Amino acid sequence: MTRKTGLVFFPAYDYAISPTHPEREERLLYTQDQVLEEGLFDFDNIREFKPGIATPEDICRVHFCVPDLDTVAHASHLIAAGGCLTAADKVMSGEVDNAFALVRPPGHHSFRVVHGSRGFCTLNIEAVMVEYIRHKYGVRRIAIVDTDCHHGDGSQDIFWHDPDVLFISLHQDGRTLYPGSGFVDELGGPNAFGATINLPLPPGTGEQGFLYVLDDIVMPIVEAWKPDLVVNSAGQDNHYSDPITQMAFTAHGYAELNRRLAPDICVLEGGYSIQTALPYVNTGIILAMAGLDIAHVREPDYDAFDHRQPGEITDYLRRLKEAVFEQWHARSTLKRRFYPDGEFHTRSKDIFYDTDGLREHQRETVRICPDCGGTIVTDSRCDDTGNRILGITIPFHACDACRHHGEHQYEAAPSGRNLHVILQDKDRDRYLVRT
Amino acid sequence: MLLGIDVGGTHTDSVLLQDRTIVAKAKVATDTADILGSVLRATCAVADVERLKRVERIVLSTTVLTNAVAQDQLDRVGLVVMNGPGVAPADLPLAGETTIVAGYMNHRGIEAEAPDEPELNALADAFARDGIGHVAIVGKFSSRNPLHELCAAKIFVARARHVSLGHQLSGQLNFPRRIATAYLNEALWSLHARFVEQLAGYLAEIGIDVPLYILKADGGTIEVARSRDCPVQTILSGPAASIMGVLPLVPTDVDCVSIDIGGTTTDIALFAHGAPLLQPQGADIGGHRTLVRGLLTRSMALGGDSQVRVIDRRLVIGPERQGSAMAFGGPCPTPTDALIASGRADFGDKAKAAQAMADLARDLGRTPEETATAVVAQACDHIADHVRGMVAEVNAKPVYTIHELLEGRVIAPKRLIAVGGPAPCMADEIGVRLGMPALVPPNHDVANACGAAMARTTVELNLVADTEAKIMSIAELGERVKIPKRFTDEDVIAAGRERLLRIAREAGAREEDLAVEVTDRQSFNVVRGQFNSGRNIRVRVQIKPGLTHAGTGPSEVRP
Repeated sequence: MTRKTGLVFFPAYDYAISPTHPEREERLLYTQDQVLEEGLFDFDNIREFKPGIATPEDICRVHFCVPDLDTVAHASHLIAAGGCLTAADKVMSGEVDNAFALVRPPGHHSFRVVHGSRGFCTLNIEAVMVEYIRHKYGVRRIAIVDTDCHHGDGSQDIFWHDPDVLFISLHQDGRTLYPGSGFVDELGGPNAFGATINLPLPPGTGEQGFLYVLDDIVMPIVEAWKPDLVVNSAGQDNHYSDPITQMAFTAHGYAELNRRLAPDICVLEGGYSIQTALPYVNTGIILAMAGLDIAHVREPDYDAFDHRQPGEITDYLRRLKEAVFEQWHARSTLKRRFYPDGEFHTRSKDIFYDTDGLREHQRETVRICPDCGGTIVTDSRCDDTGNRILGITIPFHACDACRHHGEHQYEAAPSGRNLHVILQDKDRDRYLVRT
Repeated sequence: MLLGIDVGGTHTDSVLLQDRTIVAKAKVATDTADILGSVLRATCAVADVERLKRVERIVLSTTVLTNAVAQDQLDRVGLVVMNGPGVAPADLPLAGETTIVAGYMNHRGIEAEAPDEPELNALADAFARDGIGHVAIVGKFSSRNPLHELCAAKIFVARARHVSLGHQLSGQLNFPRRIATAYLNEALWSLHARFVEQLAGYLAEIGIDVPLYILKADGGTIEVARSRDCPVQTILSGPAASIMGVLPLVPTDVDCVSIDIGGTTTDIALFAHGAPLLQPQGADIGGHRTLVRGLLTRSMALGGDSQVRVIDRRLVIGPERQGSAMAFGGPCPTPTDALIASGRADFGDKAKAAQAMADLARDLGRTPEETATAVVAQACDHIADHVRGMVAEVNAKPVYTIHELLEGRVIAPKRLIAVGGPAPCMADEIGVRLGMPALVPPNHDVANACGAAMARTTVELNLVADTEAKIMSIAELGERVKIPKRFTDEDVIAAGRERLLRIAREAGAREEDLAVEVTDRQSFNVVRGQFNSGRNIRVRVQIKPGLTHAGTGPSEVRP
């Protein structure tokens, strides 16, 4: 059955991190060629939309930009995020059934606090979109399935304490690839335990393996969780030809994955095989979203014989499934073990911004709360820039106690010349800065 | 002097122009069964043979091919498609008439799969056996590398009457549109060739040796002999003629909108600082989405003869036309009747127009006068809404760079130009609604023929240079040339310019009309590993639609 699909295509042909960096001008050039040549925009059920530009309010609903938005972000980031918001608007207004934000630069390595760029990302474009959807359309439960080859550590960080956002990341095992996180035991904070699921896959996992993980692990969890909206963080670097990863996924596989997952919104993330993967993967995803025939999606050099799944991968994935469900079924017991009773939980993070060469030290304290996501206090400093912030996040649907705690923290926080105190009040959609 | 002839559905108009001024004009009825006869009668009505001999050029816009498409008078075509992977064959246009064969190129024009010669030979035999003499061959990414189409052509051309190749008709990407374009071109080839031969034969017979041009959908002319290879480019010459007809009045310092109010429809076009906008992808022809370069028009189902009815005590105008206005003996009330009854227009049978309004007024519960005014107001509202909608749509077109998104050009019309029968009676009221002054050109009744007469020759070329592979391809020419590694953007533009001028001259362009414009220019690194291994440069050059300098000089003598 065909579906009305919106496409926000923004290749940003005048933006690059550097001329030979993977995240450079022509990253989507050959994709544009392929999509145009296939005539995808001519299908009656596929419509192209011009991206909007995200506003500072949209960004501040997610991030603490240090020292400020203008310093860390470029117009390209606001357009990439804006493209996601356009995709969301088209879906939420019913103008289309689903939408794909084929935009760059990507965003899923960006944490709540942004001192600079890491993993080619500055602003977490799908987090900005998710918070926008919740704010503007009042959608309660959203599932993000991150199929980028790298662990979506930024999205995980942002939604770690959020009981209303299910974050599932499929990625190449963190022992073998940047950012080195995303292990099975990373399951979420005390107020959202089990709403983060990590599925590290062995290098060499291909179509058969991905679809097995989707059918046997991802779909049952998503279905049990009953989201109102499903987002695919559609990185394309699991492809067998990607230059910076070691997976063996295919264009047809990506199409089939999207056909089965049927996300409401897809957002492009990574994917750096710009000539031999992206043109075919994107064609496949678009066809799948639009409900068109994907049987003929194939890379010119694809050979099924070369892509048989090794037995050890089959075994590994079966064990992964067992491990994931063992935890999933025991999650209430596990939660008590991970987070013994107490009023607050604190974790420390040492975050390296590989793209900008910065290091951030962070202490994050969340109020343990049975009634909402819990107010979070983030104390973050970057010695390389000399910037420091104290960020207080009051969650959507905050309970009175958490609201009171958050407002008190904001008012009582000590002032300093080099310390910005910020209140990010998601529930009342305000962002206050005290300098 | 220039002679312009526009063969429309009802009338064939002709004008003789000197210095962009009408010397003579005529209107004769179009005999759809004998288009050539209509052309000749319209010609004779403005000039005798002696005068014709002194004409600098003759330009024709015709609906012969448009009608053939509408009435499905198309030759059977053997459609040979090299699809490769991607969109399923069943989802391609004309899937029922297509034979899918092996072979395809990738996006860089590198062979991904070779064609299968025995397969093509067998197919050529089968076509010959089935009496299919017309063949269209289309390959994926053939505008990046035409090799497969050319190879296949060699096999089919020996046994077919004529073969159309996708890459020769457009250098743009869009495989489904390329299929439809090549198909239509081939399906119309014989009809067009016959028409062109008859016309040239007749002129030769009466001793006239004047360059004969035909108008293309992009508002440019092409010499008739050259048009034989690309009949599809000339299908939509009617709407193009109308747009070119208003061009002398279009200001070049502001954006502008033109409307052509006909009997059944109103066509809207936009001009950016004097240049008519082109369709971003290609024209739609009889339900086929093609790659034919065409002027951008929006057609709405509202014209002077649209049927006006009262449904649930509300006026409904169009979309059907039942006949002419009641004032001209037609069967039902129309906007034209409203114009007459309200005193805006002074033609036709006023009593019948008043009767038309009285009929509507009774159902509407208002006076006939109020009704007439309401009909006109509603028609003007409707047209103004469509103009605004079209402008918004053009401005909503996606762009692909940050610079364009933040600072991109926005079309903001400041002037309205209206042509067509009811135009003089409605232009001002539409202009008021759009907040811009309205202008009705004198002789707007023969604007199309004037447009044809004054159009200059247009050509477009798409070039892609790949300095890593050291190859430059010029799509429309089917050319692949070796280039040095150091080839630059400027080199590509120079190569494009040189070829563009050559083919423009071959198509009959005049030297003073040869203004080359670079419409697209993109240059990207090709990176292998961590290093730059070359550049991928894309350039589009054109001679844009505009007015010819022909026929404006003091001399009427051809060089």
